Amino acid sequence: MLVDSEVVLDVTALRAQFPALAQQVRGKPLAYLDNAATTQKPHQVIEAVARYYQRDNANVHRGVHELSQRATRLYDEARATVAEFLGASRPEEIVFLRGCTEAMNLLAHTLGSRLKPGDEIVLSELEHHSNIVPWQMACERTGAVIRVAPIRDDGTLDLDAYRGLLSERTRVVSILHVSNALGTINPVRSIAAAAHEVGALVVVDGAQSAPHLRIDVRELGVDFYAFSGHKVYGPTGIGALYGRYELLEGLPPFQGGGDMIARVSYSGTTYAKPPARFEAGTPNIAGAVGLAEAIRFVREVGLERIRAWEDRLTELAHQALADVPGLTIHGPKPGAKAGVVSFSLRGAHPHDIGTILDMQGVAIRAGHHCAQPLMERLGVPATARASFGMYNTPEEVQSLVRGLAEVRRVLGL
Amino acid sequence: MSDLRELYQEVILDHNHRPRNQGELPDANARAEGHNPLCGDQLTLFVKVEDGRIADIRFKGCGCAISTASASLMTEAVKGKTVEEVREIFRRFHALVTGEAEGQEFFDEFDSLMALAGVKEFPVRVKCATLAWHTLQQALEGGGVATTE
Ligand SMILES: Cc1ncc(COP(=O)(O)O)c(C=O)c1O
Repeated sequence: MLVDSEVVLDVTALRAQFPALAQQVRGKPLAYLDNAATTQKPHQVIEAVARYYQRDNANVHRGVHELSQRATRLYDEARATVAEFLGASRPEEIVFLRGCTEAMNLLAHTLGSRLKPGDEIVLSELEHHSNIVPWQMACERTGAVIRVAPIRDDGTLDLDAYRGLLSERTRVVSILHVSNALGTINPVRSIAAAAHEVGALVVVDGAQSAPHLRIDVRELGVDFYAFSGHKVYGPTGIGALYGRYELLEGLPPFQGGGDMIARVSYSGTTYAKPPARFEAGTPNIAGAVGLAEAIRFVREVGLERIRAWEDRLTELAHQALADVPGLTIHGPKPGAKAGVVSFSLRGAHPHDIGTILDMQGVAIRAGHHCAQPLMERLGVPATARASFGMYNTPEEVQSLVRGLAEVRRVLGL
Repeated sequence: MSDLRELYQEVILDHNHRPRNQGELPDANARAEGHNPLCGDQLTLFVKVEDGRIADIRFKGCGCAISTASASLMTEAVKGKTVEEVREIFRRFHALVTGEAEGQEFFDEFDSLMALAGVKEFPVRVKCATLAWHTLQQALEGGGVATTE
């Protein structure tokens, strides 16, 4: 058991709950440091999904029979669990979707249908492609334009410059809470307050915050908040969008089909109320069940404790990596960011770093992290990124450091 | 680690650190951009074709050790070759790095390209090794953008 003087987290017991962690890769114990891409799943989640399929599987909202009732109840309960997780006022403010990407497409499509030429959408230099491309597509359809709030050299948002971009033309501010590429934590509350002053709606991409921070959408004062289940130890293919109910009610549908209608006839169709209006077709019921279980799991471990533990690992990584010759860490200092360490090593391309680390069982991400505009801003084609989850250990940080020594040796640096 | 040493041979490291034929070619009459969306690598190729032969060739851009070395080695291998010969060399090279063919299919004169044979043990890196070649093909077919997708 690894017990730190400040942070108590029984990481050995925790790791035992994640079957995928206990394996060898290339003959070495796996050090999974790619949690910003996706997290591993605990038994509890895997079993909840399996149990659903083994016992409760049926379609929702359709059958009078027992299994359908069970599936419907589980699906509704999952919605309530997510609502509580995000601090929503009620479950009907939660729309189940495939994930963050689908949420951004839904918003860019529905909010986008109201945009007019000259309207402005404010994004930031930190954004993931999923919060850029859907808005660009909306702009192509409507003639609206995108304004980009810059960051400072330390990877934090330039709040003054951001405020300077806001005007009565701003319709939507869409911004990520935590950067997947740098770990930067954006001051969402201030961002939202400033946006509301000019009457803009605030959309938050919470893909990277949900696994690390306690989120309360009302406290943050945001209008929409999206996250993906697979990054919070849940299944792939499920995520959720929170929207303030009055706002959801005013939005047109996204996709058409079953389950999203009130009444259909060939002379016209009336749409269901939210959230059903935005959930056309048979939803990912098993995914929702798994996501709810993942949220319960995260809560049992405790988000505060997870955050403290990951902060500790991040600090350790910063300390240890400072001794690697030619290594530069991008983005904010530990404490001011989530558990992401994005770095460059002089003379070594991230892709080569990734391959050589992989041969030692160390899994990191190498590339542009779906944030090409940010890479351009940082003046690098790509970075290497280690990202921590609740189950990572100081030993794994050491494996990364040892791995980098091997990178330098193999590449003759 | 032996696979790693196979991959990052001396020749590769040398061409990565000191790429040959790097820069622009003012009198190029064919050019193309290459792009590997997976890692963001980008490469611009300048080619001067005379009488159906590659009279001169240079490249610009940044990438990993494998794509940089491969571009560098390629420029050396194709200089003076006819467009037809280049197509054939690429076919063999592709077979080599994807593990579809063994080295003996190569002529002695392309010995240096054999240095990239280690790539076949790293399927995710095949695109790095072939980026420059796809770009060359694009340039010879009229230019534009080649991607490894
Ligand atoms: C900040 C951020 N936004 C959005 C996404 C997209 O999430 P997903 O691929 O689950 O839709 C990701 C994950 O890749 C991310 O890191």
